[in-house]
Amino acid sequence: MDNALNRSEQSKLAHHKCRSFYRRHRGSVLPGMINLLVLVALGALPVIAYLDGQIFWLDVATRLVILAIAAVSLNLVLGFCGLASFGHAAFIGIGAYAVGIPVYHETYGGFEMIAGYSGWWHLALAIAVSALFALVTGAISLRTRGVHFIMITMAFSQMMYYTLVSLQEYGADDGLSIDLRSELPLLNLDDPLHLFGLCFASLLGALLLSWTLVRSRFGKVLVAARSNEPRLKSLGVETYRYQLVAYVISGAMCGYAGALMANFTVFISPSMVEWSRSGELIFMVVFGGSAYLFGPVIGTAAFILLEYFLSRFTVYWHLPFGILLILVVLFLRGGVSGSIARLFSKRSAVSNSVSVNSTSVAEGSAPAIQGSSQARGEDTP
Amino acid sequence: MDYSILVAQAINGLQLGVLLFLLASGLTLTFGIMDLVNLSHASFYMLGAFICASLTLWTGSFLLSLVLAIVLTGLAALVIELGLVRRLYTLPHLDQVLATFGMILCLDTLVHIFWGPAGIVMPLPAWLNGQINIGEIVLPVYRLMIIAVGLLVAVLLYVLVSHTRTGMLIRAGASNRTMVSALGVDIKLLFSGVFVAGSVCAGLAGMMIAPITEASIGMGNEIIITAFVVVIIGGIGSIKGAFVAALLIGMIDTLGRAYLDTVFAAFMDTETAETAAPAISAMLIYLLMAVILAVRPQGLFPPRLR
Amino acid sequence: MNTRKHIHNTTNILRASALSAAIALSGFTPLAQAQDDSVKIGFVTTLTTGGAVIGNDMKNAVELALEHLDNTAGGKKLEVLFEDDQFKPEIGKQVTDKLVKQDDVDFVAGFIWSHVLMASFKSVVNADKILISANAGPSPIAGKLCNENFFSTSWQNNQTPMAMGQLLNDKGVNSLYIMAPNYAAGKDMVAGVESVFEGEIKGKDLTKWGADAQLDFSAELAKAKASGAEGIFIFYPGKAAGAFIKQYTQAGLQDSLPLYTVFTVDALSLPKLQEAGLDGVMGSENTQFWGPDLDNETNKKFVSSFKEKYGTYPSFYAAQSYDAINLIAAAVEATGGDTSDTAALRAEMEKANFDSVRGAFSYGNNHMPIQNFYSRKVVADADGNWTTTISSTVMENHQDPFAGECKL
Repeated sequence: MDNALNRSEQSKLAHHKCRSFYRRHRGSVLPGMINLLVLVALGALPVIAYLDGQIFWLDVATRLVILAIAAVSLNLVLGFCGLASFGHAAFIGIGAYAVGIPVYHETYGGFEMIAGYSGWWHLALAIAVSALFALVTGAISLRTRGVHFIMITMAFSQMMYYTLVSLQEYGADDGLSIDLRSELPLLNLDDPLHLFGLCFASLLGALLLSWTLVRSRFGKVLVAARSNEPRLKSLGVETYRYQLVAYVISGAMCGYAGALMANFTVFISPSMVEWSRSGELIFMVVFGGSAYLFGPVIGTAAFILLEYFLSRFTVYWHLPFGILLILVVLFLRGGVSGSIARLFSKRSAVSNSVSVNSTSVAEGSAPAIQGSSQARGEDTP
Repeated sequence: MDYSILVAQAINGLQLGVLLFLLASGLTLTFGIMDLVNLSHASFYMLGAFICASLTLWTGSFLLSLVLAIVLTGLAALVIELGLVRRLYTLPHLDQVLATFGMILCLDTLVHIFWGPAGIVMPLPAWLNGQINIGEIVLPVYRLMIIAVGLLVAVLLYVLVSHTRTGMLIRAGASNRTMVSALGVDIKLLFSGVFVAGSVCAGLAGMMIAPITEASIGMGNEIIITAFVVVIIGGIGSIKGAFVAALLIGMIDTLGRAYLDTVFAAFMDTETAETAAPAISAMLIYLLMAVILAVRPQGLFPPRLR
Repeated sequence: MNTRKHIHNTTNILRASALSAAIALSGFTPLAQAQDDSVKIGFVTTLTTGGAVIGNDMKNAVELALEHLDNTAGGKKLEVLFEDDQFKPEIGKQVTDKLVKQDDVDFVAGFIWSHVLMASFKSVVNADKILISANAGPSPIAGKLCNENFFSTSWQNNQTPMAMGQLLNDKGVNSLYIMAPNYAAGKDMVAGVESVFEGEIKGKDLTKWGADAQLDFSAELAKAKASGAEGIFIFYPGKAAGAFIKQYTQAGLQDSLPLYTVFTVDALSLPKLQEAGLDGVMGSENTQFWGPDLDNETNKKFVSSFKEKYGTYPSFYAAQSYDAINLIAAAVEATGGDTSDTAALRAEMEKANFDSVRGAFSYGNNHMPIQNFYSRKVVADADGNWTTTISSTVMENHQDPFAGECKL
């Protein structure tokens, strides 16, 4: 029964092995510096622009940072475990409704058990319900692999979508306007700077959590299971449990991003859970480079900024955008981060191009480094 | 229960199932043989509908347009396969998803530029617009024709796959790709052929549905997920599985829409039933897939290793 | 390895990054600091995806309105910035934020979709700018979320189907079958007609909507036919309209089950239906606050110049957009071109003192129009083009049912 599909999956896994997290940590310092630079730019530029009176850019950056947290969470299962969840938008929806529903009831009465304005309560609810949803759906989904896993996670998120659509009290498809943002000590989330600060700090936290996980024994088991699950099983490692825990952490983190999103948009609707949103999250991760801790951040930034600037030029901007996606796949193997890493791992001596910023490579004009084959090939122990 | 309605609903379910089969057959073959996750498969469904609809308005003949549209859709598929798709076969699935999503954006926008955003309402010739009355039961001729065309394609595919040399290679390819190429078969030609044939099937589905709904931008994106559900439930690479799953989903979706509120009203108040039934009936196919995958993670008919 | 090639690559990358930096910087530079001699209007609509049909019609009407106003009001230049919401609430909010915060517009208008309007609502009204909906009219904004900075040149969702309920009562229709998509506006339409219709509801179907919307209504039509109802009421906007009318015609129901619609048969769908020869729609009735043959000078000018310029009848979306620009222009005119005082502009707009294509109307406390609703029949005009003609006034000076919930 170990049929062609499984074998081809395995051969594809071989492609991924080279992109192991260990390798990246051992690799050149320069990509790390670029990542740091992107992060600093992401944190500082919008704030400078805001203080300079260009207040709109802080909104773009806030949305970008929140989606980046969601992408980082998705990468916990997609990058570490090699399990592409096509249903992560469901967690964003859960997190957002975990803010919207308590605020709604605190304002208009009813359902006093959950009503409230407290941000702690909202975040706790978002994390708890997302984790629970991840536990239940993950327990079933993780029985499958590859494309089947993609489809079953999509199925669960579609069920969530239709559930939200049928919630008449919370506006059904029209969505629900949130009257007040979450109340947190010391912070006033109505102030765009405070909100951005919280989101940015959360992104740093999410990256730190991922980094810690990946270096822990837990993370090593996950990465090993991605490369050769049967071997680990034969060693007596219950990979299923590890993967389920990773899925739950990922879901909870994504739910947290959803709670931030609700505070940013002060509006929630089932359209947050459409399957195309889950797809966009996958694109952000793959675009940036799923094998890299920082890939999702770069991918999200490239995605959002491209979407924004291309749509300035023409209503037909989907055409150049589509062509760009195809070019990225054909010529930037391993996403943007992969290309950066390859560029520097080959010629780390040349260091004067640190100024490469997050969008530059994604502009698509950067030609491919020839011979992406070197990037695949060998295995990591 | 009124039997004439039940029969009408069953016919509708069958018609939806047949359309899904036309879409899913190509999808499952490209998936099984070339290992290509092709999100843009249903773009040919849209393309077929647009080409056929505008030709019909231009020539006035549905049949002539159908033939021309099949040829043109096939040509478009061939150009896209040669120019881009064949470079994707060896890539990881997620890269394929990203690239074929890019293709959707491109094709949707090109259709927007070429035909405008409005879409085309396409007439049905009078000889197909009639109905057949058997007692109480009313059967629309055109829907019966869709079912006939779908079943014909299913039979053709069955004969092709089970009783010809090409079919043998296709089956072999679905179970063991490396082996087929090791046999010295021109694998590139085989792949091109399968891709074009699958795309034409999808285009045919679009041409069949256009006279009922209309040709519109993004019509493919609405049905591609359902087609994937069919492929997954049926088992990747299995034509038989695609056929069974397509009919199953067509029936469940249609009958669910028609009767779920009645069923629910039996054990809850009408108001709740009217709210819950549409949500649950929309969820039915996903519930079905989740249950089937939980029990049989490879789908109903996974291709056997030969 | 090939060093030269690598260096070449690096220069390309540097060039690319310089380019992207330049693009990014151009975004940061203050674009045309709010010029004192112009009034800026942001207009949010859908210009990509299939929804672009509606968006383009609205855009055409806005441009026609500007032409008729000679691009000026109150001695100032009128400038309209169009933004595409991509039919997504969060993109709608983002472009609205851009209009408010970066372009510093004085008004934001447009909004086809309820959820996009709901998502963008606070960005405008909380910045103390004026928001004019040229289509969407969800109940929360008419009721408990109502805001003094919000105005509508369209209707509240429930009003048009309520007029339909009234029309059915007037015609003595005793039983009805109802079909609508299963989303908020669809349910509003159903609730609207049910609240007024006095006969029996023989059956009701809410069909799947959204990204994978149901466009094959054969199952529902079979049920409707078997129900024995005296008429069928439907609401299917956009491309679902063509699909429904076609299947209705194909099922041969026009004699046994007369068709009553809202927001389904309009100037956008009729030309397509005519091209395909689907005459099952002829003679069907719908209700609307306006019609292309509504008899007043402003409307005559609007419809004839729209037809002349764009070759088709304007849709109701176009009429509402044309009115939105004229409402703004009249208020700016009245304040002598001063857009700094939002309260003064608001006070002017509350008077609805402009030449509307619907004739005279007034604003309620929630800034939703109190207006007439008409029944319209589908006919062929003198040139043979399919259009609608007003046959009677169904409701006079009708106010939406949510005005009471509004605290203004």
